[in-house]
Amino acid sequence: MTVATLASPIPRMLAAWEGQRRARRTATLFYTAVMLACLLLAALVSEVRPATLAAGLPRIGEYFWLILPTLRWETLFYGVKVEGSLAFWMYRLDAWALLMLETSQMAALATLMGSAAALVLCFPASRNLMPLAPVTFILVRRFLELFRTVPDIVYALILVWAFGVGPLAGILAIALHTTGALGKLFAEAVENADRRPVDGVRASGGTWLHAVRFAILPQVLPNMLSYALLRFEINVRGASVIGFVGAGGIGQELYTVISFNYYEEVSAIVALIILTVSAIDLVSERLRFRVIGAR
Amino acid sequence: MLELQGLTRRFGAVTAVDDVTLRVSNGQMLGVIGRSGAGKSTMLRLINRLAEPSGGRIMFEGTDVTALRGKALRDWRTCAAMIFQQFNLVQRLDVLTNVLVGRLNHRGTLSSLLKLFTAEERALAIRTLDRFDLAEAALQRADTLSGGQQQRVAIARALLQEPRILLADEPIASLDPRNGRVVMDALRRINREDGLTVICNLHTLDTARAYCDRIVGMAKGRVVFDGAPAALTAHMVREIYGMTEDELAEAEAVTSTSVGTLRDPALAIA
Repeated sequence: MTVATLASPIPRMLAAWEGQRRARRTATLFYTAVMLACLLLAALVSEVRPATLAAGLPRIGEYFWLILPTLRWETLFYGVKVEGSLAFWMYRLDAWALLMLETSQMAALATLMGSAAALVLCFPASRNLMPLAPVTFILVRRFLELFRTVPDIVYALILVWAFGVGPLAGILAIALHTTGALGKLFAEAVENADRRPVDGVRASGGTWLHAVRFAILPQVLPNMLSYALLRFEINVRGASVIGFVGAGGIGQELYTVISFNYYEEVSAIVALIILTVSAIDLVSERLRFRVIGAR
Repeated sequence: MLELQGLTRRFGAVTAVDDVTLRVSNGQMLGVIGRSGAGKSTMLRLINRLAEPSGGRIMFEGTDVTALRGKALRDWRTCAAMIFQQFNLVQRLDVLTNVLVGRLNHRGTLSSLLKLFTAEERALAIRTLDRFDLAEAALQRADTLSGGQQQRVAIARALLQEPRILLADEPIASLDPRNGRVVMDALRRINREDGLTVICNLHTLDTARAYCDRIVGMAKGRVVFDGAPAALTAHMVREIYGMTEDELAEAEAVTSTSVGTLRDPALAIA
C-alpha cells in the first residue's frame, strides 16, 4: 500500500469543499452583476425614469381620490335617495350584480372548457410520454404556446368580430387562453409524475392510453384540480376586463363608467369585482381541501 | 421454451447486455445473479420488451418475440409478466384496481378505460389476493401497504395476466429479510403450483441457492456461469462478483436482503 492511499482523506476533502464554495460564490456574484446590468439596460430601453415615476405617482393617488365614494356615517344605511349612504353609492346594484353573475358564469364556463381541452392536450405535450413521437410533442407544445402567448383580449376582439358583441366571444377567448396556460401546467405535472407505475402498466400489456388512465392520471389529478381552481379565479378577473371590447359581462359597464368619468360608479364596480373574486377564492379553497384532503 | 440468441443491448458506449445466449425450459425457476450493473435488469426488460435490443433475438415457442409490434407485442408482454424492485403499483389506486391492471390487455379499450371489469375478473382478483393473504386489503389504497404486501399485490397483478413466464427484477431488494422470504416463497409457489417459468434477478447468492433450480451468473453484461446451484463453486463466485463469498457476505450484510432458508420445506427443491 502506498503512502498516498494511507493519508487521511479529511484535509483533502475539506480543501475541495472550500474550493467548491469559493467557485460557487464567484459564480453567484458574477450572475448577480449580469442581472443588475440587464435590469438597468431594460429600464433605459423602456424609458423607466425616476423623474417620470416621481411626477406620475401622485396622480395615481389623485384618481383614487376622485373615484372614492362620498359616504357619511350618519346617513350610511339610509335609502337610495339620500346622498352619503351605501345604497346611494351602489344605486344600480341590481343591474351590476346581474352583470357580475354573468361575468362569473363566463369565467366558470371558460375554465371548464379550457381545462377539458388542456386535459386532452397535456398528455401528448409531455416529453416523458412521447419518447417515440417527438414531432407530435413539439407540435402540441407550440400549439399551447400560441394559445397562451396571444393575450385573451386580442382573441376577444377577433371573436367579437366573428360572433358579434356578447358573452360568447368572451367565453371562447378566455377558454383559448386557459387551454394554453393549463395545458402547459398540466403537462409539467405529468412530466413530474412517477415513471414506475407506467412501467408496471406497460409491462402487463397495457396500451399508452391505459398507462395514462391508470398510472399517470391518479397521480396528477389533485394537482390539476388546484391549477384549474386557481385559473378560475384568474378568469373572473380576466372576464371582468374582457367586456371592454364588447365581449359581455361587467367589463362593458366598467368601460362605460370609466370613459364617461362617472367616478363613484367606477369604485362601486371595482369593489363588487373584488368582493366576487374574494368569495370565489374562499369557496374554491374549501373545495380544494375537501377533494385533496379526503384522498 | 424461451430462447435468447446473442441478445445485446448498448447504451451509448456501454454494452449493458453483451451477446447473451440462454435456453430456459418451461416451468424452470431460474435465478440470475451478479453485481449491480451486470446487466440483469436490462436483460429482463429486454425479454418483456420494455427495452429494445440492439442485437440478437428472443424466441418463445418458435415465435420471434423481438419482431412483434402493436397488439402482438402487448400480448407478449401479457404472457411474460413482470414484477419490479419498487413494485411499480399505482399508489393512489386501491389494491383491487391495481390487480385488475393485469386484465387490461384482455379487454376492449373502452371498457378497460372505464374500469368495466367482469364479475369473474373481480372474483379472480380477490381469489388471487387471497392466495397471498391479502383479500382483506383489497379496498385499501396501495400506498397504505407495507413493501412486502405491495410486492405480493404486484405478483397478484402479474398472475391476473395469465402469463406463461414471470420475470422478477430484484423482487426482494427493497424488503427486510422476513418480507423477502414471504415474497420468495410466493414466487416459488406459483412456479410449483401454476407451473410458470420464473426468471428472477437476485442480488444475493444465498437466496438464489435456496430457491432456484438453476443459476445464471452475469458479469459486465455477459453470462459467466450457467448451471445448478451446487455447481456454483468458490472460483465461480469470484468470477461473477470479483470477490470471495466471505467478502461478498460481508458486503451484503450491510447492503442487501439475503433470504437463505425456505420457510416451507414442502417447497424445497427435490
